[in-house]
Amino acid sequence: MLEFAFQEPMFALEVIIGGLLSGIMYSLVALGFVLIFKASGIFNFAQGALVLFAALTFVKMLEFGVNFWLAIVITLAIMMVLALSIERVVLRPLVNQPLIILFMATIGLNFLIEGLAQGIWGAEVHSLDLGIPEEPLEGLMDAVGISITYFELASAGIAAAMVFGLSIFFNKTRVGRALRAVADDHQAAMSVGIPLQHIWALTWAAAGIVALVAGMLWGAKIGVQFSLALLALKALPVLILGGFDSVAGAIVGGLIIGALEKFSEVFIGPYVGGAIENWFPYVFATVFLLFRPQGLFGQKIIERV
Amino acid sequence: MKLMKIAASAVAITAFAGIATAAEQYVPVTAYWTGPYAPGGSGIAGGWVDYMKLINKRGGVNGVMLKWEKCDTQYKPDLMIECYEKMKGKGAPMIHPFGTGLTYAVFERAWKDKIPVVTLGYGRTDATDGRVFPYLFPALTNYWSQSTTKIKFIGQQVGGMDKLKGMKIANVHHDSAYGKETTPVLEAQAKKYGFEYRNFPVAHPGLDQKAIWLQIARQYKPDWVILRGWGVMNPTALKEAARVGFPRNKVVGVWWSGAEEDVVPAGRAAKGYYAAGFHGSGTDYPAVQDILKEIYGAGEGELPKERVGSIYYNRGLVWGAFTVEAIRKAMERTNNQPVKGEDVQWALEHLEVTPAMIKKLGLTGLMPPMKLSCADHEGGGRAKFMQWDGSKWNVVSDWIDSDQEIVRPMVEASAAKYAKEKGLKVRDCK
Repeated sequence: MLEFAFQEPMFALEVIIGGLLSGIMYSLVALGFVLIFKASGIFNFAQGALVLFAALTFVKMLEFGVNFWLAIVITLAIMMVLALSIERVVLRPLVNQPLIILFMATIGLNFLIEGLAQGIWGAEVHSLDLGIPEEPLEGLMDAVGISITYFELASAGIAAAMVFGLSIFFNKTRVGRALRAVADDHQAAMSVGIPLQHIWALTWAAAGIVALVAGMLWGAKIGVQFSLALLALKALPVLILGGFDSVAGAIVGGLIIGALEKFSEVFIGPYVGGAIENWFPYVFATVFLLFRPQGLFGQKIIERV
Repeated sequence: MKLMKIAASAVAITAFAGIATAAEQYVPVTAYWTGPYAPGGSGIAGGWVDYMKLINKRGGVNGVMLKWEKCDTQYKPDLMIECYEKMKGKGAPMIHPFGTGLTYAVFERAWKDKIPVVTLGYGRTDATDGRVFPYLFPALTNYWSQSTTKIKFIGQQVGGMDKLKGMKIANVHHDSAYGKETTPVLEAQAKKYGFEYRNFPVAHPGLDQKAIWLQIARQYKPDWVILRGWGVMNPTALKEAARVGFPRNKVVGVWWSGAEEDVVPAGRAAKGYYAAGFHGSGTDYPAVQDILKEIYGAGEGELPKERVGSIYYNRGLVWGAFTVEAIRKAMERTNNQPVKGEDVQWALEHLEVTPAMIKKLGLTGLMPPMKLSCADHEGGGRAKFMQWDGSKWNVVSDWIDSDQEIVRPMVEASAAKYAKEKGLKVRDCK
């Protein structure tokens, strides 16, 4: 079945490039998960809901007539308040509880935030124009017949900038190191004077910022609507492949998953009835998990008894 | 003695309250105001409830006031069953499940409870054969009828049905029972008119469709695309079509792909796109003007005023009008008293909504005429087509009749198969 890919190399190349560009968009969502996992060891089930909440807040600000940049600032402020509220009301009472309890709490948070988003801002679909052209680069199309849009290039650039920024933050700053210490062991981190509550609030606020960026770009792509919350499903195989605690892994994982799902849909899908691009990456990620549970770039934890 | 008088008064008040309650017609409104499909659910339910408010402002149905209760299904079958079980005992005269999957979840229960299930523009297509499905009504137009109108519309666009011979049509559909439902009829039409078609299923919810549209534009290269989507799948499809350079004025959507919510997020990419519809759009109808004046003017509207006249809102008006007219007809059996499921089942099989009635309702151009019967639970089967000009939908065709030569035999064959599987006795409707 793969002979078609070799018979039509330029088409196969366009499919793979398209997949890589989709993968970058998945990485943007995955980064939010990584941020919280890396800093607290919690898998934040509510990250998709945060993307929805951030995007809806931002687009409603624009609809109220607020200036674009001011709308970003106001949305960031609201995301900070949300992060502080989550830390104070949900996470602080659960300090030192097993991680599975914290994970369960984020499941509850997910539904709460989804409900809040629709309750406060309504259920309507909104269009969002970021001013980035969505037309294909004409020169490239004319020269090699491959369609890449300005929007996709801009998204890739923004994702790269975020990875660079987050890598510096985690590896080169005092706060970043404190975040990693908290993730390793809550009690040990507290015993050396790291203020756990502040760290968690900071982490969730940062995840809120990542959610806003992902929400803006995805909102511009598909409209700001409830389905943004479902983006988490696209990020999961990326995380399994790249590693839950690796910023670079989120990007590399996203690229691989994106290319794989498009390639499989086009060249394998027709033989099995199609519509396989949702589950095929999960199959791949699960098989990968058997051989490398920590993912491509994840930290391998060795516990000595 | 004084105590006796108080007791007698209490009994009298209670009895009067009983009469007052009896003069109200309970209407269950099951819809989805939350969840991924809330934009469509809230719009349709908004139009439906606003219409009932208007009827009540005019004195109700034959003097009986409508009293509705809402139940949010979130488009989930389990919640639909919960809503149904909660509401059926309160005098539900009919149920609108508001989704094909939700219909499958409750229609056999409702059948047992003798409560008609009404599925306007969706649902189980073979229930059009009322001889097998006495309590299920895919009224106005079912998916198979609609599919034939789409091909007829494409035929009109290319200069005649004979021009379809040798053409290629891509069927981009939601990978679900809803999405796949029209495949058999498309197959029959392909044979009849000599065109070729290929299915392109899109995995739910359809957030990214690059792979599909690259196959369409670079490999299959169809003359036309049929879009049978739902929710976020629709704007995403239009954006991807633009990205790969497939002309949007060669894409024809089903009516669940033809609301403002399906095109506005796609921006410029949606311009030129066609979609089917079974009702009008906009606010230029007497009933809608009355709603704006009497309901929204009094601050009692269900939705933000700017949503009035949208596709989903107007669909809700049609649902509301259909519900009210079914109740009105059923009251012929109850001497203008509140009605039950069996009354409405009889009414639906004798319901005729004529152009004169539609004019009286203030819905001319918005609601199509229809005539249902024991054997025909669809009663219409027509569609109009609209084109998005970048800011609004414009109607670009007259009512197009469905191809019943293809549809009816398929409906009867499928219904007969169901009857055989379930061991049902087929009713004689003559």
